[in-house]
Amino acid sequence: MLKNRTTLRDLASTIRSKNAGVDHITFDIIFKDRAAFERVRDSGVVTPETVAALFNIPRERITDFVVFEPAKAIKFTLRRLRPSGSPGESDVFGSQHYPPLFEVEVP
Amino acid sequence: MDAVTILCPTGHLGFTPLEKGSFLAGCDLRPDVIVADSGSCDIGPYPLGADSQASPPAWQRHDLEVMLLAARRLGVPMIVGSASDTGTDRGVAQFAAFIRDIAAEHGLAPFRMATIFSEQSREALLARLADGVPILGLDGRADADDALLARTDRIVAVMDAEPIARALRQGAEVVIAGRASDCALFAAPLLNAGLSPGTAYYAGKLMECASFCCEPFMGKESILGKIREDDIRITALHPGQRCTPASLAGHAMYERRNPFFEHVVSGTVDMRNCRYDAVDERTARASGAVFVPASQPMVKLEGAGKVGERRLAIVGIRDPYTIENIDAAIAWARARLADRFGPSEQAGWTVHYHLFGRNGVMGELEPTPPANPHELGIVVETVCRDADRAEEICALAARNLFYARLAEVKGTAGTAALMADEVLVGKPGYEWTLNHLLPVRDACEVFRTEFHMVDGRARRAA
Repeated sequence: MLKNRTTLRDLASTIRSKNAGVDHITFDIIFKDRAAFERVRDSGVVTPETVAALFNIPRERITDFVVFEPAKAIKFTLRRLRPSGSPGESDVFGSQHYPPLFEVEVP
Repeated sequence: MDAVTILCPTGHLGFTPLEKGSFLAGCDLRPDVIVADSGSCDIGPYPLGADSQASPPAWQRHDLEVMLLAARRLGVPMIVGSASDTGTDRGVAQFAAFIRDIAAEHGLAPFRMATIFSEQSREALLARLADGVPILGLDGRADADDALLARTDRIVAVMDAEPIARALRQGAEVVIAGRASDCALFAAPLLNAGLSPGTAYYAGKLMECASFCCEPFMGKESILGKIREDDIRITALHPGQRCTPASLAGHAMYERRNPFFEHVVSGTVDMRNCRYDAVDERTARASGAVFVPASQPMVKLEGAGKVGERRLAIVGIRDPYTIENIDAAIAWARARLADRFGPSEQAGWTVHYHLFGRNGVMGELEPTPPANPHELGIVVETVCRDADRAEEICALAARNLFYARLAEVKGTAGTAALMADEVLVGKPGYEWTLNHLLPVRDACEVFRTEFHMVDGRARRAA
């Protein structure tokens, strides 16, 4: 492991995913303090484009992207290909889709 | 005006049993009303479509009993919404029966109960479509047509606070509501107390998941809301929890696409200018929500339809060569299935191979390139209209992995481990067919309220 490499896992107190209705999964990255929040907010490593690239999906599937100051959080939502709980789906609550965010490197 | 105080013990009544300690501590503070939501679409389309429930009846009764006994002892209203996970008519009737049963068991003095039904018939909606009323797709869905409704087995409409507030004004002391916006259950008594819809719905939005808006993370613990106009104070009641500006703001964005807007039948709560600050060690305050009334009231419809019978099998792979070539093995298995049962789409069957160890959790959204784990767990999921055929297809889909033809396989006595040579009967597969909006005349139009006197003493005597 490289030293001095900082990731979202280091800077966030909460990284979670959950259904937002039946057609979307929403992701919340809540930071430990304002400095960490502002560092990531201003770094450009978490944007609609970067998260779309992270999940290998077209930018259009990121339906919402919000920097939520009161919670020191960044939030985005993606559209599922099929509604939650349809046959073939594997995460009915959408609650285990956040781990790819852990290793996003923050300058 | 005095503050209105609301006690909320759980974010999903019955899903797991509520914790009594913090609830009784909340009762000691003499709340004006006790409120809990009991439903969610997070549990998937099966419970709605099959008109079943996700929570065990014993836990639902437990939570209702704890709440009802407290509400009657304190002499305050109790409001429960989205009865029995889905809010169908079955759920409302089931909870109403629990209430009568609990009242009889404890010999409770007479009280007035309202039941509010929100189920919608397919025929009524087809008739609206025929009249030219659109059923508008949400979240990028197409508008509903006759074919979509034909694929839908059960439909509920999502009420806002108006039908509940009306029932309370007509003297209901216990309200059992069908499908409702979670925040509406809290907003109803607040609207009746003269608070603005912005404050009322926003308070509900913050309180609907009980202790989830506090920290550290705990479920099923009670919280108390103390609400004045544009001044909502939430207190954690579990001694190990606190409600902080950060926890409250963090919750404001939970489970929603966007933290700034909440849509209900009558309008939209605009939360863009909300503020959060600390009041004391366990209490935070929120303010700043604005309600924008809808020019055209729109009720949300949720509907689910059956896709087919489901069968499951569990298969393990240990041979590194097979793991490396699992895509080829599955392609071979699928080709054999098509040979026997016809092309999947035309013949009306589907097989999903869930590869745990590769992308079994995230499916198409898994960004990690396939590694070669030392073992691979495969759940074979089969869906077909006909149950016997689903069973046969599932058995062959699993056994085809056992006989997979790969050029250099060394284990020629079987290329997979069958956890058991067994096909498991799954619940039928359903899908969310309706996530739509229906324009309505007013916020109460499609909901039906009934009143009942519940006399536990008479019932016990009899």
